[in-house]
Amino acid sequence: MKHTISVLVENKFGVLARVAGLFSARGYNISSLAVSETLDPGISYMTIVVDAESEEILEQIKKQLNKLIDVISVTDFTKKEHVDRELILVKVNYSAKDRAKLEAILHKYIAKLIYHKADTAIIEAVGEQAQIKQLIEMLADFGIRELIRTGRLAIAY
Amino acid sequence: MTGAQILIECLKREGVDVIFGYPGGQVLPIFDQLYDSDIKFILVRHEQGAAHAAEGYTRATGKVGVCLATSGPGATNLTTGIANAYMDSIPIVAITGQVKSFLIGNDAFQEADVTGITRPITKHNYLVKDTQDLARIIREAFYIASTGRPGPVLIDIPSDVQQKEIEFIWPEEVRIRGYNPTYFGHPGQIKKAAKLIAQAKKPILYVGGGVITSGASHELKELAEELKTPVTWTLMGIGAFPAVHPLSLGMLGMHGTAYANYAIMESDLIIAVGARFDDRVTGRLDSFAKTAKVIHIDIDPSSISKNVKVDVPIVGDAKNILGQLLEELKDIPDTQEWFSSVEEWKKKHPLTYREKKKIMPQYVIQQIDEVTAGEAIITTEVGQNQMWAAQWYKYNHPRTFISSGGLGTMGFGFPAAMGAKIGCPDKVVFDIAGDGSIQMNIQELATCVCNKINVKVAILNNGYLGMVRQWQELFYKKRYSHTCISGPDFVKLAESYGAVGIRVSKKEEVRPAIERAIATDNVVFLDFHVEQEENVFPMVPAGEAINRMIDGLA
Repeated sequence: MKHTISVLVENKFGVLARVAGLFSARGYNISSLAVSETLDPGISYMTIVVDAESEEILEQIKKQLNKLIDVISVTDFTKKEHVDRELILVKVNYSAKDRAKLEAILHKYIAKLIYHKADTAIIEAVGEQAQIKQLIEMLADFGIRELIRTGRLAIAY
Repeated sequence: MTGAQILIECLKREGVDVIFGYPGGQVLPIFDQLYDSDIKFILVRHEQGAAHAAEGYTRATGKVGVCLATSGPGATNLTTGIANAYMDSIPIVAITGQVKSFLIGNDAFQEADVTGITRPITKHNYLVKDTQDLARIIREAFYIASTGRPGPVLIDIPSDVQQKEIEFIWPEEVRIRGYNPTYFGHPGQIKKAAKLIAQAKKPILYVGGGVITSGASHELKELAEELKTPVTWTLMGIGAFPAVHPLSLGMLGMHGTAYANYAIMESDLIIAVGARFDDRVTGRLDSFAKTAKVIHIDIDPSSISKNVKVDVPIVGDAKNILGQLLEELKDIPDTQEWFSSVEEWKKKHPLTYREKKKIMPQYVIQQIDEVTAGEAIITTEVGQNQMWAAQWYKYNHPRTFISSGGLGTMGFGFPAAMGAKIGCPDKVVFDIAGDGSIQMNIQELATCVCNKINVKVAILNNGYLGMVRQWQELFYKKRYSHTCISGPDFVKLAESYGAVGIRVSKKEEVRPAIERAIATDNVVFLDFHVEQEENVFPMVPAGEAINRMIDGLA
């Protein structure tokens, strides 16, 4: 099962390697990882989506993260009210005659056509997991050439 | 002050009186400072020896051991020793030189990404990029290494950082916001534990290295006696509880005593203190102590409920928590019946071996035990020598058994003995070795002779890599693939280094040889020609329940 956890870490070189190394050394899977500075430039915020087979493994992951000296705190969103969002950029096949159909889809989601030229369009979308998944399915009809995503970001209420 | 001067000054303020190490290009500024420093420097013959010696020193004294090596190969040679300290939660500080900061990443001569390499085998590590940070980092390194669940910390210092001059400011305080170990047990958990204990009929104390680290032996003894509860220990827990005590069960697990394994399997309450239920202890997990409730006391929350489901977890320092528990205990369970059945197992299934033609390796250890009256510091290599040393010597004090537990590093014992002897010069220090293991760090003979570190090495020479041979005998149809190993003439070898060598091939020579070794004011290699295909028993085959032992007597 996928769990979203956030980790506040010291903004020092090597910290990302410590976190990533912990996951690889113990055989845990990272589904996505987003890192950036916080308002305090000395601290970075990581949102990690992990694939943990059981409660026990999730517990171990949290404990092991807490053990790292550079980790300041760990928050598990599994049982916590929160919002999460992901941003994606999608490059799809495009022709002028599809424009209306495409815009109807984009309108339904929080998505924008940010570039189009000849046979290519680039779409930007923000949303929660289910919406993003649906949007990608809808766009598949046009033919997706490239898809990149930030991974999930989460914040507690 | 220069970075190198700051380093030496900080080490002194941290109470460091000895460094084990080896010079090289990127630590020249540090060695120049060591030239007229009053810190004792032990020049090893291989950096791996320095790391193990630092660990041996720590384990014998409780003080943080320090090792020092140059960049690249110097640092990579330390890694086995660092990994060893990490697996056994032993605080050492490893200092390595690094190529100049502006060359890092350039594949410079003798460059290696040492913080990268050691990240998974250190509790924490640092690459010092600015001399301004050096004093703070050293202070943090010693603090992190020695507190919480201890472990090795590495500091990688580029040579230009060692050379740069700045004003020295000693940081009085250490504050690390992400690091706040818990030292006292949660009162609610203590109450729950006391309640479980009061209800128990067949309790057992299962103790590990954490008891030794936290100095909780006294509290452990008090609790065991108060509850009249038998005590068993892991390899790392040897010495935490006196072996001669009537409540002692000896070591449990794969090569534990039969009665320790029966007792834990039959118990209804396991009080685990500073031990982590590793696979060598539990055997097959799904059949391990199924009727027992578990109280688990450990300073590392991630050790709790990792392998075995725990009923009452208590995070904190063993000494504090055992003290808290002793205060909380009101109802003492009646364990008389349980004590009798444990006594029965002890009588029925004692640790034993059968005499054969040659000297029995177990006998050698029994004799070392008798001659030293159980008061020596024993280090071991890894394999049969280690297990026999764990089984047949009676350790009655903490910090007297020093062995590579988690990593199982052959070549550990000799340099570790060296470090232990430096830390405890008045103690007799024995390395119990095999003829295979001793060859892995034999170069340290020169270090010992040169510095008059008069350790005694008892080589149980059977011409085999005995433990692996034993597994081949039992599980691979006696196909002894590459486990028959030759060695040098250990007597001549010792002599060529300026040490003393004694060959022993008859049983009646064993004791006089040990006595002579102890009386000799030099490093002594005792080359015991022992029974070649003797096995360590009892033995639980890997993946079996721990009460399904092979005793080898049938």
